[in-house]
Amino acid sequence: MTNSHTPLSPFMQYRPQLTSVLSILHRITGVILSAGAILLSCWLVSIAAGEETYALVSRHLSAWYGQAFIIGFVFTLYFHLCNGVRHLLWDLGVGLEISTTYRSGYAVVIAAILLTVITVCAGGMA
Amino acid sequence: MAQFTLPKNSKVQQGQTFPLNGEVKRKKTLQVYRWDPDSGANPRVDSYEVDLDKCGQMVLDALIHIKNEIDSTLTFRRSCREGICGSCAMNIDGVNTLACTRVISDIRSDIKVYPLPHTQVVKDLVPDLSHFYAQYAAIKPWMQTGSTPPEDSERVQSKVDREKLDGLYECILCACCSTSCPSYWWNSDRYLGPAILLQAYRWIIDSRDENTETRLDELQDPFSLYRCHTIMNCTNTCPKGLNPAKAIAETKKLLAKKML
Repeated sequence: MTNSHTPLSPFMQYRPQLTSVLSILHRITGVILSAGAILLSCWLVSIAAGEETYALVSRHLSAWYGQAFIIGFVFTLYFHLCNGVRHLLWDLGVGLEISTTYRSGYAVVIAAILLTVITVCAGGMA
Repeated sequence: MAQFTLPKNSKVQQGQTFPLNGEVKRKKTLQVYRWDPDSGANPRVDSYEVDLDKCGQMVLDALIHIKNEIDSTLTFRRSCREGICGSCAMNIDGVNTLACTRVISDIRSDIKVYPLPHTQVVKDLVPDLSHFYAQYAAIKPWMQTGSTPPEDSERVQSKVDREKLDGLYECILCACCSTSCPSYWWNSDRYLGPAILLQAYRWIIDSRDENTETRLDELQDPFSLYRCHTIMNCTNTCPKGLNPAKAIAETKKLLAKKML
């Protein structure tokens, strides 16, 4: 199919749309969640490794960059979760009209932000 | 693995500019992808200024105007000029559509006109669709029956069964949807893509077809059907307002039921 003499037409300039952007974000957040799971286990290992190691890890996690990472990770988790539910509904054949996909798309983004805020607030109080 | 950059021979260069002379009230610039198979040079983008008072209101009208009045070497496919043949499918303003139904005044900036994305270019705006057509042939897009047809009549269909074909039979195979699909860009060797899968579903749910099981079995592999990740570019771009993503989802459901 590929003919080296004829050029391949450009494709990366295809206009991004809410549906396609959320689709690629679903993949990216999936990758981040896998990477984040390793960091989570590092934190658990640090508890087992003893007081000093745990204190060191805790210090980094409570610093601004550690907090920023955790908030980002919480958002990633909620986005992937909500969008995953959207995908499950699609697999049932529900909500596949364009107007519905846009509404559910915005709903996923708003829900992920709200759940992140709630979690961060709850974490701050605890 | 997904390839995000164009091969060396496909990198687009800046081309010529064809300015309008004199006072023009309504002017529009079209930036058109050009590639000449005889020159051996890389593709380029030529800019044409068009006097909108001298051409029709659709992008296809502007392209025809350019070919007739400005640069006769510009090459593109067109036929019906009313959205039923699918010949003038191309990427306009970043989205795949039919040039004959895309209104110029809906596009505020300069109009970027490119061939259908991630296709081998034959010349200018003409893509090579032979692989697309071969995939269409592969799903056997005709009615398959084993039974003897009723004497003195055709194979009849109830109104309800006929309605199941609405939203499917209208497809004109323009390839806008398939070439808008990132999954098809990178897997078209084995993934059938939205247009062909919509056609496959059209025959799967036709009550008169008697080869439904085989049709479903033939889609049962990791690539043909399941490379659809519900990105929805296909449904977003369909110039006929059809929903390939839904057809694919329904096919997946039928296959899941079959497996249970």
